[in-house]
Amino acid sequence: MEYILIIISAIFVNNILLSQFMGICPFLGVSNKLSTAVGMSGAVCFVITLATLVTYLFQYYVLVPLGIEFMQTIAFILIIAALVQMVEIVLKKVSPSLYQALGIFLPLITTNCAVLGVALMVVTNEFSYGGEPHMLDLGESVVFAFATSLGFGLAMILFAGLREQIALNKVPKAFRGIPIALVTASILAMAFMGFSGLV
Amino acid sequence: MIMGKFQLITKGLIKENPTFVLLLGMCPTLATTTSAINGMSMGLATLFVLVLSNMAISATAPYIPDKVRIPAYIVIIAAFVTILQFIMQAFTPDIYKTLGLFIPLIVVNCIVLGRAEAFANKNSVVDSACDGLGIGLGFTIALTILGLVRELLGSGSAFGHKFISGDGILVFVLAPGAFMALAYLIVLFKKVTAKKGE
Repeated sequence: MEYILIIISAIFVNNILLSQFMGICPFLGVSNKLSTAVGMSGAVCFVITLATLVTYLFQYYVLVPLGIEFMQTIAFILIIAALVQMVEIVLKKVSPSLYQALGIFLPLITTNCAVLGVALMVVTNEFSYGGEPHMLDLGESVVFAFATSLGFGLAMILFAGLREQIALNKVPKAFRGIPIALVTASILAMAFMGFSGLV
Repeated sequence: MIMGKFQLITKGLIKENPTFVLLLGMCPTLATTTSAINGMSMGLATLFVLVLSNMAISATAPYIPDKVRIPAYIVIIAAFVTILQFIMQAFTPDIYKTLGLFIPLIVVNCIVLGRAEAFANKNSVVDSACDGLGIGLGFTIALTILGLVRELLGSGSAFGHKFISGDGILVFVLAPGAFMALAYLIVLFKKVTAKKGE
């Protein structure tokens, strides 16, 4: 039950892009075409889940026992950067076709704040899903990270679809490019607000 | 000489404004501008990291091998962000709490890394400091304006002083209002600067 609540909350209610504003750069940057949006979402999904797993373990088995939690930011960003590099190398060897699809997005992900954001969120924030507020355990963290990245993908793909349609329309000169994209995002965020109160 | 430094600072305000022209660092821009004060605090926090990391990177750039420069820059930036976290926890705990995750997330703010890569690693320490100051101020001003607009429309107040009784247009404090307000501000900025250029 708890897991279902986490999933629904992370995908719809607290959508990482449209209500928490993390990962807006790729959201605006690579959402011109549906195919690139799908590729980016896949890569983010992969990295967020993996990064959260590793940083969670690092936090509770290295930083906390040593009493150096303040090194969190530095440690996490290094882990994420190393992880992204490793994923790239492994993917290149193991699955060239997947590498072809996700490859160009991987280097961009290190500086995607959604990855660091989720990793920090699960070790610093308390969550309450119906019951008492509590820190997430390992299983919940990984599910939370995966669901969050699905939410990222959902918003990203919806948005890319909308932008493809908008590109066919006549847009006032001053609004061309990013401003009309932001207006679209605003309406999409409004639609997602309808989910609030669901969990 | 003095003029050149001055130009370095002012170009960040309008011509290369990170928010309205370069469209960098969108996450904190949208997330923390629920009020003018919050926007300004976020801007100043970024300014702090930007100036110091620019100076440190410019000073160390000749000794960092080209291949590992990006990870090295990230570590330098992360170190300054950690210092900032300590300072804010000690002196402004309330603001630190409100801005929450977005303080550590300055590490992945593209403005900071972008300036390191585009400017600091090939210019002198003083020039880099001026550049960081200019871009940081441009960011701060943009965030303050966006925060002010959202606060005025959303809760009818400015810098915490309330003008109207009751609520404003609440949606402007929430997520959709952030996107909408930023869209219109960018359009306005484009219009104003385009006229100036003619």
